[in-house]
Amino acid sequence: METKNIMIVGVGGQGTLLTSRILGGLALHANYDVKLSEVHGMAQRGGSVVTYVRYGESVAEPIVEEGQADVLIAFERLEAKRYAHFLKKDGVIIVNDQRMDPITVVTGAAEYPEGIIEELSASHKVYAVDAMAEAKKLGNAKVFNIIVLGVAAQHMDYSKEDWRTVIKHTVPPKTVEVNLQAFERGYVL
Amino acid sequence: MLGNEAIARGAWEAGVKVSSAYPGTPSTEISESLVQYDDVYAEWAPNEKVATEVAIGACISGVRSMCCMKHVGVNVASDPLYTMSYGGVNAGMVLVAADDPGLYSSQNEQDTRAVARAAHVPVLQPSDSQEAKDFMKYAFELSERYDTPVILRTTTRLSHSQGLVALEERKVPEDRPYERNPAKFVMMPNNAKGRHLFVEQRELEMAKDGAAMPINRIEAGDTKIGIITAGIEYQYVKEVLPNASILKLGLVNPLPKQMILDFAAMVDELYIVEELDPIIEEQVRSWGIPCYGKELLTVQGEYSANLLRKAFLHQEMDLEKPADVPARPPILCPGCPHRSVYSVLKKLGIHAAGDIGCYTLGAVAPLNVVDTTICMGASISTLHGMEKAKGKDYIKKWVAVIGDSTFMHTGINSLMNMVYNQATGTVIILDNSTTGMTGHQDHAATGKTLKGEPTYAINIYQLCKAIGIEHVIEVNAFDIRTLEQVVKEETQREEISVIITKSPCVLLKGNVYPNKCVPIPEKCKKCGMCLRPGCPALTKQENGTIAIDETMCNACGLCKQLCNFGAIEEVAK
Repeated sequence: METKNIMIVGVGGQGTLLTSRILGGLALHANYDVKLSEVHGMAQRGGSVVTYVRYGESVAEPIVEEGQADVLIAFERLEAKRYAHFLKKDGVIIVNDQRMDPITVVTGAAEYPEGIIEELSASHKVYAVDAMAEAKKLGNAKVFNIIVLGVAAQHMDYSKEDWRTVIKHTVPPKTVEVNLQAFERGYVL
Repeated sequence: MLGNEAIARGAWEAGVKVSSAYPGTPSTEISESLVQYDDVYAEWAPNEKVATEVAIGACISGVRSMCCMKHVGVNVASDPLYTMSYGGVNAGMVLVAADDPGLYSSQNEQDTRAVARAAHVPVLQPSDSQEAKDFMKYAFELSERYDTPVILRTTTRLSHSQGLVALEERKVPEDRPYERNPAKFVMMPNNAKGRHLFVEQRELEMAKDGAAMPINRIEAGDTKIGIITAGIEYQYVKEVLPNASILKLGLVNPLPKQMILDFAAMVDELYIVEELDPIIEEQVRSWGIPCYGKELLTVQGEYSANLLRKAFLHQEMDLEKPADVPARPPILCPGCPHRSVYSVLKKLGIHAAGDIGCYTLGAVAPLNVVDTTICMGASISTLHGMEKAKGKDYIKKWVAVIGDSTFMHTGINSLMNMVYNQATGTVIILDNSTTGMTGHQDHAATGKTLKGEPTYAINIYQLCKAIGIEHVIEVNAFDIRTLEQVVKEETQREEISVIITKSPCVLLKGNVYPNKCVPIPEKCKKCGMCLRPGCPALTKQENGTIAIDETMCNACGLCKQLCNFGAIEEVAK
């Protein structure tokens, strides 16, 4: 099997670390060689963050580079656009259709681009979902990232049961139930 | 396993009994992981010099020990390190240094191999999590075999990548007996002369033995191109040139000279692939071997497979250009107490000599309060230098800002200097009860050890009093009216003063602020006062009034205090 490359991008604090660990856990569960690369430290503080997951028969480098990603999971619209050039020509974008203004926009130094989803859809296969609204319906805004994963799961080759097992083992024990609900919700969106 | 977890695992398997460290990205998780093994003593020290000396003491007493730090921490630790190189070890000792090519969370991109060369200390460099664990164990063997401290060098990408690791059991070597040996461990001139010669001899021997070490290996392939590489760079080389001949070095100081000469003779063209400084390249060139290195590859930042493709294969890749989108730099969190303090300093037009921590972010828009950031503890001493250069009146528009952990690290030394040399400046200690930026580590003033056990919390207020500062004032970081008054008074006062702004980091577990607020649009005058400190939970809407994102808001209530028209109200409890 050719190595699969997944990128998770978002804003520091949105849970890209947890999500990449779930994806890493899935690859491990399926007996692949897998490498993850994460971001810690200053860059995490509300900045643009990216984590990489690569799995296959044998993986050397731990990062995904421009033009190589099979799947781009974006927790925010602008971040999807920022990293879209990392996708392969036939790569898929799963995007949480949410706007978070970076400080450069708040201070008026830059403008938040309009029409991101439409623009990305012109060149890529895009699945957009308002996961925040769905998460609020579940009564826990924080699980929006697992809803996004639920959407992504529809476009990846793991079974639903594998996803459930790995989520169960990765999220904090107290939040297993709501995270599984969030996954189920995303899986039908 | 994260590279850092693998390093901790390797230390545990090697039978380490004592570890001391100061947190610093990308090294922090090593100690956090190690402390979870019950049979190891692991601690946070106030700084890297102390951590290294603790490890030295443990090693002299006869047990395997280690210390961990980020690259700039090695500077702080270099005093004991340079001399420990002379003294050597009793039981094995390893210093883990984590470099940060690409500056993910650092103030410079220095290369620890350069320090190691100067200190004549061997350096091992793993290229994935499995090697991180294995090399750690091997480092202890080398340390004991060659009577030297050993540096295990990692980089951000290795430390913060996860890969599969095969685990082994812990084997604790017998404690080595302690025997008094002043010629080895009392470094006064006459003893040091002999040890200096020993160090030179040791380095030559290691260089000679390097060819037989299993961590250095030649992967013979196509002989047109030969590549010498080490660390994470090896992975990029394997992606791009899987069939090239590769000399993969595990020991990067001292270099196994004969092995390199033999390898160079084997191949038509020799390339050196090393991030940061041309440490290997310059040595190889000095032996008269032609090679390619930094003329093709940068000294700045991380490498990648694509970078090598462009440099070596001149491949023009058909890549989409990155979209032109607004930057999203890191910022202070919603509800961060530093933002509150900076909003007061900004209002008063005060400049801050800054330090290392989350609060360095006070340097960027819209706060623009912090003017300088050099290294741990430098805020206080640079403020003092300004006063001595420009006089008392000049620094009435300045303060030093330093976090509690950084103050305990080296800030206290600078403060003693201010007291001693009759300074009149104002120091603000931003006390958020934790080491924030590295992800909440305890320190000497928090009352908890690395293991999470309760311990004595050094009282910063009393400490400042004890060194002779009369004016030490504690203020709640979110009480901006009082804080403004205090800052005005203390900066004008021609005596040294310390203001301790207290409020725990908003992300600390169990810390919940009570002041959940909502905007009242009909009262809003659209003046923008609440937006000035740049809280990411607040946005200006199209009609000019503001919205508060309730999922981001941490309920600090700063925006309510800043609003002069009562257009932001607390939610009824």
